[in-house]
Amino acid sequence: MSIETTLPVLKPADFASDQDVRWCPGCGDYSILAQMKKMLPTLGVPRENIVFISGIGCSSRFPYYMNTYGMHSIHGRAPAVATGLKTCRPDLQVWVITGDGDGLSIGGNHLMHCIRRNMDLNIVLFNNRIYGLTKGQYSPTSPVGKKTKSTPMGAIDNPLHPLSIAIGCEATFVARSIDTNIKHLSAIFKRAAHHQGTAFVEVYQNCNVFNDKAWEYATHRESKADTTLELEHGKPLIFGKDRNKGIRLNGLDPEVVELGKGITEDDLLFHDERSPEPSLAYLLSRMRHEDGFPEPIGVFRSVDAPRYDVLTNDQIEEATRIKGVGDLESLYTTGETWTVA
Amino acid sequence: MATSTPTKPVSNLTEATVRFCGDSGDGMQLAGTQFTNTSALLGNDVATFPDFPAEIRAPRGTKAGVSGFQIHFSSNEIFTPGDTVDALVAMNPAALATNLSDLRDGGILLVNKDAFNKKGLEQAGYATDPLEDGSLSKYKLHSVEMTKLTRLAVEACDLSQKESDRCRNFFAMGLVFWLYDRPLEPTLRFIEQKFGTKVPKVAQANTLTLKKGYHYGETVEAINTQYHVEAAKLPPGKYRNIMGNTALAWGLITAARMSEKRLFLGAYPITPASTILEELASHKNFDVLTFQAEDEIAAITATIGAAFAGAMSVTASSGPGIALKGEGLGLAVITELPMIVINVQRGGPSTGLPTKTEQADLLQAMYGRNGECPIPIIATRSPGDSFDVAQEAWRLAVRYMTPVMILTDGYIANGSEPWRIPELSELAKIPVKHPAPLAEGETFQPYDRDERLARPWAIPGTPTLEHRLGGLEKQDITGNVSYDPDNHEHMCRLRARKVARIADDIPLQELDGPDSGDLLVLSWGGPYGACATAVHQAQAAGKKVSHCHLRYLNPFPKNLGEILLRFDKVLVPELNLGQLSFMVRSMFMIDTIGLNKIQGKPFSVAEIIAKIDELT
Repeated sequence: MSIETTLPVLKPADFASDQDVRWCPGCGDYSILAQMKKMLPTLGVPRENIVFISGIGCSSRFPYYMNTYGMHSIHGRAPAVATGLKTCRPDLQVWVITGDGDGLSIGGNHLMHCIRRNMDLNIVLFNNRIYGLTKGQYSPTSPVGKKTKSTPMGAIDNPLHPLSIAIGCEATFVARSIDTNIKHLSAIFKRAAHHQGTAFVEVYQNCNVFNDKAWEYATHRESKADTTLELEHGKPLIFGKDRNKGIRLNGLDPEVVELGKGITEDDLLFHDERSPEPSLAYLLSRMRHEDGFPEPIGVFRSVDAPRYDVLTNDQIEEATRIKGVGDLESLYTTGETWTVA
Repeated sequence: MATSTPTKPVSNLTEATVRFCGDSGDGMQLAGTQFTNTSALLGNDVATFPDFPAEIRAPRGTKAGVSGFQIHFSSNEIFTPGDTVDALVAMNPAALATNLSDLRDGGILLVNKDAFNKKGLEQAGYATDPLEDGSLSKYKLHSVEMTKLTRLAVEACDLSQKESDRCRNFFAMGLVFWLYDRPLEPTLRFIEQKFGTKVPKVAQANTLTLKKGYHYGETVEAINTQYHVEAAKLPPGKYRNIMGNTALAWGLITAARMSEKRLFLGAYPITPASTILEELASHKNFDVLTFQAEDEIAAITATIGAAFAGAMSVTASSGPGIALKGEGLGLAVITELPMIVINVQRGGPSTGLPTKTEQADLLQAMYGRNGECPIPIIATRSPGDSFDVAQEAWRLAVRYMTPVMILTDGYIANGSEPWRIPELSELAKIPVKHPAPLAEGETFQPYDRDERLARPWAIPGTPTLEHRLGGLEKQDITGNVSYDPDNHEHMCRLRARKVARIADDIPLQELDGPDSGDLLVLSWGGPYGACATAVHQAQAAGKKVSHCHLRYLNPFPKNLGEILLRFDKVLVPELNLGQLSFMVRSMFMIDTIGLNKIQGKPFSVAEIIAKIDELT
């Protein structure tokens, strides 16, 4: 008997749930949601095999707006929920939606361990450098000096940098995009979806109510060409409105140089996202606007490594191959037994 | 044995209790386990109580490092590891000092004389040598040069002195095996299996030492009587000895098989629950996935993810870990996903007494979460009972779509008893239903309910049933987020009613003894054995006392209230300050009398008897 099945061709609207989206008007989350809905139909994965897991915070409302399976779990724990799900069901495509507070503060531990296990999950961290849902306290990515309701005299603790954390945990896929750069965002989501292992994506996201313009330098039409740098595998690191600036290595430190005047493209640092050593990716993650560097967007790192979800199921197969399918009677009678007549 | 045996008189006993104690590196847990297994193979009923320090290797020779293992074996049915000890093996002065008070007057005391040197005596706080100063005159003291005799026994084995001395526990075992007329063969088989091929010289040394100890008993004149305990008359069947956590793990594996599910355990190592993780990790060929999480919170939230995935999902911990899992349990309750949460209770609060037993987490299980957050709770009463409780927990979890808490404790987890191996035909199927894809025009309602108020368990991968779960309050039927005040109250009452209705699905409470009388002993969990034994003795003495032991703590069996009213007094022995009493009093408006102990140790039968005598 032959069964003919044709996968229905899905449209972005097929991924919209019947729930009203309740983010503030003007929030960067809308754009991220729209790009996700646009990208998913291009994967050819049946809708019922996609699951979105989130924690708590503005970004974590995301699953309610997707017509897939989903869970809005508890603060910081989405990577752990997703780990249990994916371990039992490697057939599912699992996305984790988190934010700077959810992922790096209360859930930092889970994020770190999820990444080092290389669970096959796609983690999208919406970084708006503020606590939005609790109305404006500083977050672990807020810069020093940031004045908020909970830091009236300015934040005094050094911020975390999401990609540096991910690379420190030897993430196999690390990327950054920006809420307003919609084509780029969609392409990065697609790359993440195709990556086998933990794909970690930081999205610069504007909270127009509590931290408006936090990323203005990276999004403003006038400045973005000079403040960001689009990474391309195998290409030199060039940026600037006139594409006349580049990044050169001076010993172990990057420096901004101007092309011409004896400096050619060959003197620049070339991007290699497949480098087995995470050092280059880490160096890129430390290039910061406040230090006079353009901030890279794109794929920092994309390498293959064994996945926990696969290995753990392989062990079951291996144990079954060696010992045979578990038999209750022989389990109960392992070791010494005796009979009472 | 090949050698001829000089005959010594054999005295028949119905039961005896032996305790091995020594430094935590002295191999006392191994000695106890071997003695237990041998006694079980002989057909005795056995009950054990391993007691070890929280430190893996406290400074050698100190009281803090003393580890013990007690075995009660009998030709009758027994329920406890014994109140007092008939024979005590003390490998050093610290072990003697910390254990002697449990040896009965006239009991046998076997000590390793070689350890009673100046330093050892000082560390144990002895001003004079108790072996010499006459302070042990009320016991049958046998002071044996175990270290010296062990070294002689292994002379030919090419071992360092340190390695030789590690065989001492086998000398002690051999001697006690002779004393209680136990065969050496099971231990010889064990030595061969454990060391035979890996380290033959260690196998040889342990074998020689074991036999040396046995022969010492046979030949030394000072030990003039051998004791014999006949096999017990247990119900017919095939038996094995089993520890509580092993039985629990096997019960989980069985429940997964009976429900045709993958088994997922998310756990973080914690005493005394870790052996559940270890046991399950060794049975991957039963389609068991074990996930050692980064912390307790990840353990329960991964368990929630696995439940959403459609697996039989379990997390196991102890009190401090359960405290960390509180928020996760709330998510499990509001998402109404089936799973099992195991609490192997230990002494608290905080880190408390990690290796000691207690029952002080009952109210944590009942009320230890934010919001109105009821969950069913069932408790194990003995090592073997844990096997049945695991299956019952899963039956309730899937029938009612709810997390179920199993309460066990360190005493049950590490204790062991003979267990009648069930026939496969005795095991009950645990049916699980997942809704199928919808037909054209139908709408899926994730919070619709069946006659038991359980919602459907729709799992990812099923077309047309896409839905979102979460921790925000759910609209009845649709499962959408709802902030409606009336809906919130409705849902809180609905979740409470669902759990309360489980009372219709569990057996009525049974009593051991007449259904009315002067005193009811009401117990739960680990004190089962001490209470059962004490009540049997009181009944034999003509007292109107009955025993009611609860497996189901939330909800209670439907007839519990009327049972309580039929007795003049209700005694509740608990290893806490009165938590079951609190629940019973508030629910049934009756008074109870508490017998409460929080010393990290189980009740002795004598303690229960004394209280019964005081009240009747």
